[in-house]
Amino acid sequence: MRLPGLRIYAIAYLIFLYAPIALLPLFAFNDGTIIAFPLRGFTLDWFAELLTLPPLHSAVKNSLIIAVSSSILATAFGIFAARASSRYEFPAKTGIMGLIMLPLVLPEIIVAVSLLVVLLGIGINLASWTVILGHVLICTPFSIAILNSAFLSLDKSLEEAAYDLGETKFSTFRLITLPLVMPGIISSLLISFTISLDEFIIAFFLSGAEPTLPVYIWSQLRFPAKVPVIMALGTILVVMSITLLAIAEYFRRRGIARTGGKDTGGFL
Amino acid sequence: MNQPMIALRDVQKYYGDYHALRGITADIRPGEFFSLLGPSGCGKTTLLRVIAGFEDISSGSVLIDGKNMEGVPANRRPTNMVFQSYAIFPHLSVEQNVGFGLRRDPRPAAEKAKAVAEALEMVGLTGFGKRAAHALSGGQRQRVALARALILKPKVLLLDEPLSALDKKMREQMQVELIKLQRQVGITFILVTHDQEEALVMSDRIAVMFEGEIAQLDDPETLYRRPKSRRVADFIGVMNFLPASILQETGDKIEVDVAGLGRAEISIAQAPGKASGEGTSVGFRPETLTILYEGQNAPDRETEGTVEEVVYYGDMTYYDVRLDGVEKPVRISMRNVFGRPVLDIGTRARVAWSSGALVLFR
Repeated sequence: MRLPGLRIYAIAYLIFLYAPIALLPLFAFNDGTIIAFPLRGFTLDWFAELLTLPPLHSAVKNSLIIAVSSSILATAFGIFAARASSRYEFPAKTGIMGLIMLPLVLPEIIVAVSLLVVLLGIGINLASWTVILGHVLICTPFSIAILNSAFLSLDKSLEEAAYDLGETKFSTFRLITLPLVMPGIISSLLISFTISLDEFIIAFFLSGAEPTLPVYIWSQLRFPAKVPVIMALGTILVVMSITLLAIAEYFRRRGIARTGGKDTGGFL
Repeated sequence: MNQPMIALRDVQKYYGDYHALRGITADIRPGEFFSLLGPSGCGKTTLLRVIAGFEDISSGSVLIDGKNMEGVPANRRPTNMVFQSYAIFPHLSVEQNVGFGLRRDPRPAAEKAKAVAEALEMVGLTGFGKRAAHALSGGQRQRVALARALILKPKVLLLDEPLSALDKKMREQMQVELIKLQRQVGITFILVTHDQEEALVMSDRIAVMFEGEIAQLDDPETLYRRPKSRRVADFIGVMNFLPASILQETGDKIEVDVAGLGRAEISIAQAPGKASGEGTSVGFRPETLTILYEGQNAPDRETEGTVEEVVYYGDMTYYDVRLDGVEKPVRISMRNVFGRPVLDIGTRARVAWSSGALVLFR
C-alpha cells in the first residue's frame, strides 16, 4: 500500500460496489416518492405498505417454496454426482461431468427459452414446479462444484477405515462421509437457495401465473410510485442475505474447528 | 508344520496394463511380526491392501487362516488396518474412535465401554477417552489407530507405514512399543515400510520387494548377512563391493581372487547372491573390516590402504578407505573406543579382514 494510486483505486472500487446498495435503506426510510436528493424526512410508511400487498406476499411465498425445493434437489443431485466423480472411475467420466457442469456457462435465456418450448410442446401448464425444474438445472453445477471440493478434501482412508472396522458401504457413508462433508452440504444449500431466490430469467419465462419475487419486483418497477416500496423490500432482502451468510459462515467455521481442519477461506 | 496364518499363492495384480504384483507366493506364520520392505512403487502397499480386501486380485489366491478370501470384502475379513494417515475420525472423540468397530457388537454398553477402556490402557492412553480426536499429537493418533484396530481382536493386524509421519525419536520409541504390543497380544502383524532399519529392528521375517516381486524372504539376520542379490544387499544397509573372479570350485568350497584383498577360500553358503548384471563381485558389510592399531596383529588376513574420507558419528566413525590396487574406496565402520584417536584423511592404514564375512555375487 505504498502507492497512493492503489489506495484510491481500492476505495473507489468499494464505493462503486457498495454505494448503490447503501442507497437502498436511505430511500427506503425517506419520506418521499421521488428517488433523489435532498432527503425529506424519516418514515416507516414504505415498510408498512409492504404488509398491505397480497400479490407481494404470494410472490414471496412462491419464491421461498421454489428456492427451498430447488436448493434441496440440487444439493441432493450434487451429492450423488460429486461423490461419483471424486471416488469412482467410469467410462466417459470427463465428458459426463462436462455435460453436467455445462449449464454454468450456458446463457440462461437459452435454457429458459428451450425449457419453455419443450414444456409447452408437451402441453404442461406453467407453475411453480416448472420454475423449480429450471432452477435445479442451473443450481446443480454450483452444488457439484462446492461438494466436489468437499469430497476431494476428505481423506479416502477415513472411509476405508470405517469399512475395515465392519461397517457397510452405506453405513460408512452415513457415519463418516456425511458428517464430514456437512459444511459443504450447508454451503451448497445456501448458495443454491440464494441463486434460486434472485434468479429472474428462468422464473420470468416459466412461472406462468405464479410470479416469483424478482418477477414481481420487475413488474412493479413500471409504477414510479411503487419504487420506494421496492427500496424497502430490497433493504429487507439485503439484511436477510447478510444474516443468512453470517449464519452459514458460523456453521462452516464451527465445522472446521470441530474436525480440527485448517481454515482455507470461506465467504467472510 | 502349522497352517500359515496367511497364504499367498501366485497373487497377480494388474492396474490396466500396469503389472503391480507379479506372482507373489509366501506364507506368513501365526503370531509373526512380518514386514513388507521395498522402495516406493514396489507393490508392498498394494499387497497389504490385497490382504485387507481393499483391492481385488487379477489371479492367484489369498488364504487367511485356511479360508480362501475370494469374494470376501474388507468389512468381513478377520484383518484390521492401521492406515498411514491413521484415519482417525475427526468428528468423534477418542472413545468413539476406539469403540467404532464395536457398533455392531451385541454386548451391553457397559461391557463395550470396558473393552474401550482396556484398549486405551493397552496403548497407554488411559484418561484420554473424552478428548476430541483432532486435539491429539501424532504419536497419540497412532496409538488411537492401534487401539481402534486391535479392539476387534483381528487375526491379522495390517500396518501401512505407521511410523513414517513421526519424528526420529518418537519413531524409535514407537518401534519398541509396537514390538512389545505384538508380543503381548500375540496377533500376526504385517508391516509395510520403506525403512530398512525399521524392518530389521521390528520383524521376525522380512519380504524384500522390487517391482511387484519378492526378491528375498528371510529373517533379518540372514537378510543382512546373506543377501541373495546385489540389489537386496544394496537396499538393506551398506554393503561394499569389490570385483572378483572365481578361480576354482571344489565341492562346497570356492576359491576367489578379490581385488584389493587377494585370494580367499569361501564356502558355498556364502555364495547365495545373484550379481544382478553387475559382474562377479564380493560384498562385505562395513563393520566386518577393522582398521588395525599400530602394532596390533590381524586375527586372520590383512591388507593395506589409504584413508580418503572420515565421517564422525559420535559413537562410530565411518572411514572410506582406498585399498591398494582398487579404484573405488570401501566403507569401514569403527566403534570409537577410549584412547584411540580418530584417523586423519591420508593416513596409511592396515586393514584386517576375514574370508568368513564375504558374500559372493555371481
